[in-house]
Amino acid sequence: MSATSSATPIYNFDIVKKFAFMAVVWGLIGMSAGVLIAAQLVWPELNFDTPWFTYSRLRPLHTNAVIFAFGGCALFATSYYVVQRTCQTRIFSDKLANFTFWGWQAIIVSAVITLPLGITTSKEYAELEWPIDILIAIVWIAYAIVFFGTIVKRTTSHIYVANWFYGGFILTVAVLHIGNSMAIPVSFTKSYSIYAGAVDAMMQWWYGHNAVGFFLTAGFLGMMYYFVPKQAERPVYSYRLSIVHFWSLVSLYIWAGPHHLHYTALPDWTQSLGMVMSVVLFVPSWGGMINGIMTLSGAWHKLRTDPILRFMIVSLSFYGMSTFEGPMMAIKSVNALSHYTDWTVGHVHSGALGWVAMVSIGSLYHLIPKVFGRERMYSIKLINVHFWLATIGVVLYIVAMWITGVMEGMMWRAVNADGTLTYSFIEIVAQKKPYNIMRWMGGLCVVAGMLTMLYNVIRTIKSEKVADEGLATKPVVANA
Amino acid sequence: MDYGTYRGIYTIIVLIVFIGIIWWAYSKQSKKRFDNAANSILDDSDVDKKNSGKEEQQVHRD
Repeated sequence: MSATSSATPIYNFDIVKKFAFMAVVWGLIGMSAGVLIAAQLVWPELNFDTPWFTYSRLRPLHTNAVIFAFGGCALFATSYYVVQRTCQTRIFSDKLANFTFWGWQAIIVSAVITLPLGITTSKEYAELEWPIDILIAIVWIAYAIVFFGTIVKRTTSHIYVANWFYGGFILTVAVLHIGNSMAIPVSFTKSYSIYAGAVDAMMQWWYGHNAVGFFLTAGFLGMMYYFVPKQAERPVYSYRLSIVHFWSLVSLYIWAGPHHLHYTALPDWTQSLGMVMSVVLFVPSWGGMINGIMTLSGAWHKLRTDPILRFMIVSLSFYGMSTFEGPMMAIKSVNALSHYTDWTVGHVHSGALGWVAMVSIGSLYHLIPKVFGRERMYSIKLINVHFWLATIGVVLYIVAMWITGVMEGMMWRAVNADGTLTYSFIEIVAQKKPYNIMRWMGGLCVVAGMLTMLYNVIRTIKSEKVADEGLATKPVVANA
Repeated sequence: MDYGTYRGIYTIIVLIVFIGIIWWAYSKQSKKRFDNAANSILDDSDVDKKNSGKEEQQVHRD
């Protein structure tokens, strides 16, 4: 042990434990809801003829659960862990951190109750009604105080790049949420947006796409910049590139929202601006992806033995793939075919399941043994099983969606010589059935993977405590 | 100043700031500092022992 260790601060890992465990639980629940609604697209009777189980009510429950419950808890857990370790100081306020945990869980539970009841603002990814929105704003400001407070009291001189990404994510999400949720309440469960018409649409997708850019990207890039180097036991490929990556990503993302509103009432110049900025966004996205993957240069052999690293590197490959696909789909002529089809749904899932979920899962597998004081996860073999279930699941899903997306896009626009539509809507729906079964099976694989993770995490927590320093720093080997 | 001129000037300022960031990130005098920052996360293994030891007595595996 080094001489400096007496000055090592005692971190608050309790808050990290809570968020990390709930991330796994909400991941399982949110993805299971997705599998249920995927099954409803094949077997519609699965709504059991009740209003509460209809696709229209469960779909926002699924998206809120995976993005804000699973993704949110993973972001809270990793950011509290990373900010303490890289700033080498205890978290700013234990009480306030605890408040963010219970507040966030209360928000999730209220979403689980209100959305099936049909209480919704009907703004995509911002469906929760105004009392919950106010709670979100309060919890988020508390989160910002805890995070930036910890950075202010750091004992290191430099602020590590992961914290810049987490900080950018926290700050921007506060602005987006408060800006887009401005509403006039008419009752406890109903409100109307203060924006009207095309302006409301513009605000909604300024929020919506930056929820993708900052909630689902910047925060998880923070994860990448800490956990990939840690798991690979090598410094990041280029720290200089990471700085350029940060500033270019945060300054470009904010402009891309209008690509969700091509060929709508939005002014034409706004649509074109959104298109151009979305295409430009390809550059920082790939810069970051290359920076993450190249961290492994000279240590590629580790991928053979370490399924956690495999999760992270495959997540970055999905990130690269979906940030190529995204700018392409933002081009107006491509969007004319892809918009409103399953192609968009496939794109979102290659980003959310391939990139966001896989980098979170990899980071959680790295972090959970450390915060619970274990040598490593209970079973490395099960992590490997999870890796293959997740990868096969995502590939099945996005391939099915590419096929149905392009197919339905072509069928919708097909016209006869006299100008009438070639196919009725229901004909196209029937044509999609086999691929919808394939999509449901992909989802089943992903959920099965999350089940192995929950089991593995519980067994790790219940296992005998072994946190010997020598053991803890040894590389993981696949012999568990 | 009309809106178009303002936007033009703003764009140029943002471009200059961005080039400045690249110049700063890749300048020679920053290299050592950034290399240290990149390596700073890797040598903290003593943290795990100290932190877990605080909560309860460690059980060593035999």
